[in-house]
Amino acid sequence: MFTRRALMAAAAVTAIVAGMPAKADDISKLPREHVELVAPPFIHAHEQATKAGPKVIEFKMTIQEKELVIDNEGTKIHAMTFDGSVPGPMMVVHQDDYVELTLVNPETNTMAHNIDFHSATGGLGGGELTLVNPGEQVVLRWKATRAGVFVYHCAPGGPMIPWHVVSGMNGAVMVLPRDGLKDETGKQIKYDKAVYIGEQDFYVPRDEKGKFKSYESAGEAYPDTLEVMRKLTPTHVVFNGKVGSLTGKNALTSKVGERVLIVHSQANRDSRPHLIGGHGDYVWEAGKFANPPEKDLETWFIRGGSAGAALYTFREPGVYAYVTHNLIEAVELGATAHFKVEGTWNDDLMKQVSPPGPIGGGARTGALEAPAQHKH
Amino acid sequence: MQASAPSCPRGGDGALAKRTTSRQEVLVFLALHGKLAAKLIFAATAPLVLAATGPDWREAPDRVPVVHVAAGSFDYRIAGAFDREGRPVDAPVRRFAVGRGLAVMKTQVTVADYDRCVAFGGCAQRTAKTGQRPDAPAVGVSWQDASAYARWYAKATGKAWRLPTDAEWAYVAGSRFADDAVTSDDGSGSFARRWLAKYDEESGRTAVEKAPRPVGGFGENERGVADLAGNVWEWTDTCYLRQGLDAEGEPTGARTVNCGVRVVEGAHRAYVTDFIRDARAGGCAVGIPPANLGFRLVRDEPSRTRRALGRLQSWLARA
Ligand SMILES: [Cu+2]
Repeated sequence: MFTRRALMAAAAVTAIVAGMPAKADDISKLPREHVELVAPPFIHAHEQATKAGPKVIEFKMTIQEKELVIDNEGTKIHAMTFDGSVPGPMMVVHQDDYVELTLVNPETNTMAHNIDFHSATGGLGGGELTLVNPGEQVVLRWKATRAGVFVYHCAPGGPMIPWHVVSGMNGAVMVLPRDGLKDETGKQIKYDKAVYIGEQDFYVPRDEKGKFKSYESAGEAYPDTLEVMRKLTPTHVVFNGKVGSLTGKNALTSKVGERVLIVHSQANRDSRPHLIGGHGDYVWEAGKFANPPEKDLETWFIRGGSAGAALYTFREPGVYAYVTHNLIEAVELGATAHFKVEGTWNDDLMKQVSPPGPIGGGARTGALEAPAQHKH
Repeated sequence: MQASAPSCPRGGDGALAKRTTSRQEVLVFLALHGKLAAKLIFAATAPLVLAATGPDWREAPDRVPVVHVAAGSFDYRIAGAFDREGRPVDAPVRRFAVGRGLAVMKTQVTVADYDRCVAFGGCAQRTAKTGQRPDAPAVGVSWQDASAYARWYAKATGKAWRLPTDAEWAYVAGSRFADDAVTSDDGSGSFARRWLAKYDEESGRTAVEKAPRPVGGFGENERGVADLAGNVWEWTDTCYLRQGLDAEGEPTGARTVNCGVRVVEGAHRAYVTDFIRDARAGGCAVGIPPANLGFRLVRDEPSRTRRALGRLQSWLARA
């Protein structure tokens, strides 16, 4: 018979075992799991809580330098990507797991790249140990000692660092507590779906006429791009690599009653997510799960170089806009995503008591001719 | 007797222009050959004809090709926002008559046309960064810009050129007019379902290239009018209308007409604030916004009486 006390004792033992530093030999004996990454906004299948012991989770990412269209006007940049997407794919593990990443820089690329995990300890987040030239690959292992959502990015040294980051080379890791997410009382909270929104600021040079310029290669774009970067005024602020990548046909979907975990990363610049028509029921603004979540937030703050997580249960059907609530950036520069939510409308939460109409509700009726032509 | 053809930089209207008869030439002709009766009849009719329509209603000093669209009527889903018993619904379809027929610019007003207006001080400078080719449509123009052009052009030609109404545009566009009913709504009357259905339909619009093509680049419709529903949307004079409908679909309650917002027509219908020169999506809006804002002008064909007088004048001139 399991008593509450017995369960607590078992949990304590597990915690001690999990917390003990494993030697390299021991790590070689740990179970290994290979996980295929998927492009954002999707996240690879994962358990929210696990009773199993730590594992070595293997991931592989191939760096792709490629041209990407970043808006509806066809503006192109020479992007640098982890695995082909901006942001790079999200990796999900549990606390005390080991992440073993194979980072491949194919010969077809032109530049050296590396990876700095904010979730990793030492070695400049791994950056010092992972610099790969075109035609090379490297394998890095790091231990997930802290639970939370964390940014990773390329940091190949000097002025290359910000340039690679604002060319798209960043992503996020989610390290879940082994027993899952918890509310402020320590009670486990679950999500039905998780989405990953990576915000990206781009700095595209313009010609004399104000039109965005395109270049033969990343190298040719570099001097002009650096000039725009140093003004600290992005030309585009977008979610998932492109204006409109999460709206229209690409809109995110949900349904009334569904609990959605929204992970938001910004590797370079501050942001302030806001769900128009909704809230953050539970928000880990700084993204670290050992801290209790804040509740009922209207807008939350993502510090540049960090990721945060918000859990929300949709309560009304319809369209929701998820924006950065600098609305100039959201509307003019592109940082808008949409959720299409199915379900039954709840009049208790909101009702249009009287549709828009003339003030005082005058009662003129008449034949409805085609709209009049208005002379001036 | 014929006036010399005015230069016609874009062709197409030369045949009509050649028949231009100036008032002065008529008088010279009559002075040389006139019979008393003819003189009397002409004296009685000429001021009417000339004041109303100029020497010949088809023979304007127009510099642009014009298509004459015959009078007629058609069923048309009017522009505006409608709610039925408090729920948003598609606009009602109504029979609309174009009583006298319309003279319509065959193509949209071009950069060269517009810049002429700017040069004469009738129009504000365009702000568009694209479409600088003189033979491309003038884009990046607001309703206010387009209206200023219409006023200038009417004055310059002595003819009552104006922006079309939304219904007139639809009539002229014929098969190129896009009905904007929400077709995928399940009819459950659910406000959220209709909202999502509309969202999906608007999301399904295909993107068009932004750079305007030289006029004619999108071909002609069955009436011979060019570039309708291409990548340049056209301002109409129709204001944003909001109207409640009763259970039978008949208007009930007062109507709101907001003329700070005008209907623009093209591949789909849109409502744009009158000083906007570049329509954009964003925020909670979805779908492809009008790629460019431009315009073309129309004028009413003269009435039958005026046309009869015109024919009489021509006959007298030949007599
Ligand atoms: Cu890099």
